[in-house]
Amino acid sequence: MKKLLQTLLGTLVLGLGLANAGFTQEPVKIGMVTTLSTGGGYLGQDVRDGFLLAVEEEDGKLGGVPVEVLVEDDGRNPVNGRQIVKRFLDRDRISILTGVIFSNISPVVAPMALKDGIFYISPNSAPSTFAGKECHENYFVVSWQNDTLHEAAGMGATELGYKKALLLAPNYQAGKDALAGFKRFFKGEVIDEIYVKLGQNDYAAEIARIRAAKPEMVFQFLPGGMGINFLKQYSQAGLMKDSAMVVSGFSADIKILNAIGDAGSGIISTSQWNHDLDNAANQQFLLGFRSKFEREPTLYASQGYDTAKLIASALKATGGKVLEDKAGFREALKTAKFASVRGNFRFASNQHPIHDLYIREVVKKNGQMQNRILRKVATDHQDAYVQECGLR
Amino acid sequence: MILLIEQLLNGLQFGVFLFLVSAGLTLIFGIMGVINLAHGSLYMVGAYATAIGMQWTGSFWWGLLMALPAAAFTGWLVELVIIRQLYRRDHLDQVLATFGLILFLNELTTICFGRAPLFLSLPETLSISVEILPGLLYPLYRLLIIGTGLLLAFFLYLLISHTRAGMLLRAGTTHREMVEALGVNLTLLNTGLFVLGALLAGFAGALAGPLISVEVGMGENVLILCFVCIVIGGLGSIRGALFGALLIGMVDTLGRAFLASGLRLILPLDFADSIGAALSSMSVYLLMALVLIFRPQGILPVLGRVR
Repeated sequence: MKKLLQTLLGTLVLGLGLANAGFTQEPVKIGMVTTLSTGGGYLGQDVRDGFLLAVEEEDGKLGGVPVEVLVEDDGRNPVNGRQIVKRFLDRDRISILTGVIFSNISPVVAPMALKDGIFYISPNSAPSTFAGKECHENYFVVSWQNDTLHEAAGMGATELGYKKALLLAPNYQAGKDALAGFKRFFKGEVIDEIYVKLGQNDYAAEIARIRAAKPEMVFQFLPGGMGINFLKQYSQAGLMKDSAMVVSGFSADIKILNAIGDAGSGIISTSQWNHDLDNAANQQFLLGFRSKFEREPTLYASQGYDTAKLIASALKATGGKVLEDKAGFREALKTAKFASVRGNFRFASNQHPIHDLYIREVVKKNGQMQNRILRKVATDHQDAYVQECGLR
Repeated sequence: MILLIEQLLNGLQFGVFLFLVSAGLTLIFGIMGVINLAHGSLYMVGAYATAIGMQWTGSFWWGLLMALPAAAFTGWLVELVIIRQLYRRDHLDQVLATFGLILFLNELTTICFGRAPLFLSLPETLSISVEILPGLLYPLYRLLIIGTGLLLAFFLYLLISHTRAGMLLRAGTTHREMVEALGVNLTLLNTGLFVLGALLAGFAGALAGPLISVEVGMGENVLILCFVCIVIGGLGSIRGALFGALLIGMVDTLGRAFLASGLRLILPLDFADSIGAALSSMSVYLLMALVLIFRPQGILPVLGRVR
């Protein structure tokens, strides 16, 4: 009897839902699989908050079209990511997948989405394979290609006139990619490369090697806690004044600067966005983010916001049609008619950004450490893999 | 030459630091027969207490002072509630229970203080480098760690070899039933011992705070190396732990310092770098494997052990 009642009730609700669809537009479902826990959790939190800020600005709509954002935490674990995306596709029937932070997740979940025929729009992770040989018409990246900010560090170091650099990274793929990206644009001499163990805490031995090698600058890519430890010890050893520290934006976001305090003073870092970029979209973003969350946004938050604004522009162009008009939605995404918080933004043929890159310096202002733009190092930069992509 | 001396000092400092954590671990295993995986969590408690204390008072020294009661109290509570139930149980049960404790304490720390690492800055007077030899600048704080660590090792030696409590501890390691039969309150002795181990771990955590980021899970990184130290030194032996820790500190540091550049002399550059990095992170485990093959009881095992 109870079972029967439940079924009846279910049918009724379903019927109502169908009837309703005629009157109000069904919301476009956007699945966000991101990393909210673990040490890298603040990246996903900022992407999510930036994204939801844009949705909130329009009272639950993007481009005038109602949207429903489903947020799930992958815990930086590809297995979790796969399960979440499977549920998104089978049960929730999402039209757009976004949110992925780390590059161990994206190679697992992006093909699932693409195979299912929905759109994949990355706010962060962008491994080289998807920028080159395996690029796809429904795969878009709003942030950067993974190498971009490392490449910018190479350009920045060259522009600042450094001749002798020492490089430091963990002994794994992303670490080696980072150093390769730096070297691609650095014109000076690399006097030594030091590889450390992933997860290493104490860098006394490496710091002694750096002191002995006397480089003009050090470029390092040590993610998360590793970078914080290294910067603290580097600064304690008094090396900051002898050998400048040049890093990619990931190693000097506002969260890390708060953690290392005064030790961060003088660090040069690269980014496609900074809070002091003077454009209307950025002003609006900063105002909204600060008043809603009472903290400073990281570059990840800006990427989440940009992702939402890109989707908004495409939804507006197609009147809310995504899977019903794939070609139209795709074209609308490709034209990228939205005001990015980073200023200039358009897509290259591999659907990765063409944008400007900056170098920044860490300064103390009103008792808070923050990044200040020094200068632009690249205009209309695009990644190194675009030629390998078959899309035109 | 200067570089070599500096790296030797780095190795010594790392070794001394490892000793502070390993000493408690080896005592607790040797005397109480408990494998305490949660020892790293006590180290984390020390570091957090220092960071929080420093935020409250603004002084590193007060923070350091707060680490000791915090770690001791946590140690006492853990012994009372959990470890005490495990003395007569199988090692597997102990591993399960203390592993659960790691998860619990990590989650509790996350709930209380969040996932963002805490920042501990050194007082101005300590954040300088001193010239100990012409041309050799060395951070004063690291020298201080070496000094305090060696001093503590000496005190532990005095405590264990020349006091009544130490005598009971030594007797407890080798002839547990006999000590009990003579009417010594082993429960009290065990609690005291556990708290001593917790104090040492907490102190090590407090010392490490300004060097590394104070974050959830920091204990597990150290714990693994400390197990290597006490296995190499001989389970239950303080001398062994000191020897093992210094050896590991040296091997790890010198490996990281010179292996890659040494290999470059005989191998192509790219190859030498990745082989060097891989070998130096393996070196301590290779060493442990060698010790286990040729001297499974450890290099300086407890003498006269019957169990």
